[in-house]
Amino acid sequence: MVGFCGLSTLLISGLLLLVLGYITLHGLPGANLNFFTRLPAPVGMEGGGLAQAVAGSFILIGLACLIGIPWGIGAGIFLSEVGKDSWWGEGVRFAVDVLSGVPSIITGIFVYSILVVKLQSFSALAGGVALGIIMVPLVARNTEGILQLVPQGLREAALALGLPFWKVILKIILPTAARGIGIGVTLAVAGVAGETAPLFFTSLSNNYWSLGLLEPIASLPMEIFRYATAPFAAWHELAWTGALVLITIVVSGMLLARILLPGYNFRR
Amino acid sequence: MLNSCKLKIAGLQAWYDSRQVLKGFGMEIRANKITAVIGPSGCGKSTFIRCLNRMHEIVPGARVSGSVLLDEQDIYRANPVEIRRRIGMVFQAPNVFPAMSVFENIAAGLSLNGLRNKQKLREVVEKSLAQVGLLEEIGSFIHLPATGLSSGQLQRVCIARALAVQPEVILMDEPCSALDPIASFHIEELLSELKQQYTIVIVTHNMQQAARISDYTVFLSQGDLIEYGSTPTVFINPRDRRTESYITGRSA
Repeated sequence: MVGFCGLSTLLISGLLLLVLGYITLHGLPGANLNFFTRLPAPVGMEGGGLAQAVAGSFILIGLACLIGIPWGIGAGIFLSEVGKDSWWGEGVRFAVDVLSGVPSIITGIFVYSILVVKLQSFSALAGGVALGIIMVPLVARNTEGILQLVPQGLREAALALGLPFWKVILKIILPTAARGIGIGVTLAVAGVAGETAPLFFTSLSNNYWSLGLLEPIASLPMEIFRYATAPFAAWHELAWTGALVLITIVVSGMLLARILLPGYNFRR
Repeated sequence: MLNSCKLKIAGLQAWYDSRQVLKGFGMEIRANKITAVIGPSGCGKSTFIRCLNRMHEIVPGARVSGSVLLDEQDIYRANPVEIRRRIGMVFQAPNVFPAMSVFENIAAGLSLNGLRNKQKLREVVEKSLAQVGLLEEIGSFIHLPATGLSSGQLQRVCIARALAVQPEVILMDEPCSALDPIASFHIEELLSELKQQYTIVIVTHNMQQAARISDYTVFLSQGDLIEYGSTPTVFINPRDRRTESYITGRSA
């Protein structure tokens, strides 16, 4: 048993290193200033970059966070603190589970029908909304799980001081759980940062520099898909570098959360 | 004011879902005295004191009936948040807030309820720390997290935190059961001083402790009040056979 667990651990660490190493090997040569500052060059010309896709990915992730973090954390607080044992809480929990099981392409089609069709244009906004909706259940269930780890005694001690319930949750329980909740958010960001399917129906892509929220916008996963499947070697290199940049953004988010957010040992 | 009634309890019954834990009794708790609540495990001691500041009802499925008058005011017809400010509570485990410094812990009851005045907060925190005898001991670490303090010191931080809100009554649920004898002794000494200003109700499993520190003792068994009287009477000359067997350790 110990041997099996040890082997699994070795394999999973090895797999991570292999993926990271492989992407770095192929992506690093193209990771120069041009990649971050230039737009794609026409086929056959040297020296293009994916500046618009890097910026686009940041905007899409930012929009997704604006929607997914407050909504997800709010739902997580509800599940853990308010509706824990009620039928209403069970309903919300079921809804969140179903939502997290909805394939992302379906979310893309849904946002297409409510936003893209209404606004008559693919847009960064639609992409951000789709990614945000995908984030909500991930953030909600993680937040619920982390809050459940905070000992009940802390809530009782705070209530016994004559503090209203919401202050207990916001000022005492949430800060105690901040690290776990923050790390969960970065995992959810990692989940949506690489989403491609829903973006086909929402943000689409853009070959030009565009930061407008109501315009189609480029993103790293979309460009990776496009460039990797094209028949040109120079485009393949851009795709590899795009993958490296994407994974760097995701991993640095996770590392930052782990470094910056303070963790506490609860006394149980 | 001597021997005046602080809490008047009548027909108190409490349930967890369909299980009745308190079977309906009444008593009067005297002001500026220490009342010890004793009884075998599961007799409803903790539930009883949790009914006195409306902490019982925060458990899902918990229910209370009867009345508890705090100076004539029925706490079950008042705002529970305000009642808890007037009737504080100290728990078995020293549950300091981990995300806060010692100072913030003690100030929490006031600062989170809107007191912004730094000078005033500082005064209250220092006074509370002095009351529990910690001002000298940890004065210089006051702005650090409480991690690193001993459990006796942590429990005193929790008592200081309860005192800082300036309650009238303090309920204590086995405050010494996680502490070593020396730390317990400090807390016992502290309680004898605190009763000048507060009314104290303490649940304890330790008969010697109850006998040493309390003025009145109430003995509960299976959710009923069996005996209530001055501590010397209950310990030396109990009226009920069940009280006697429990105190002498023969059986519940």
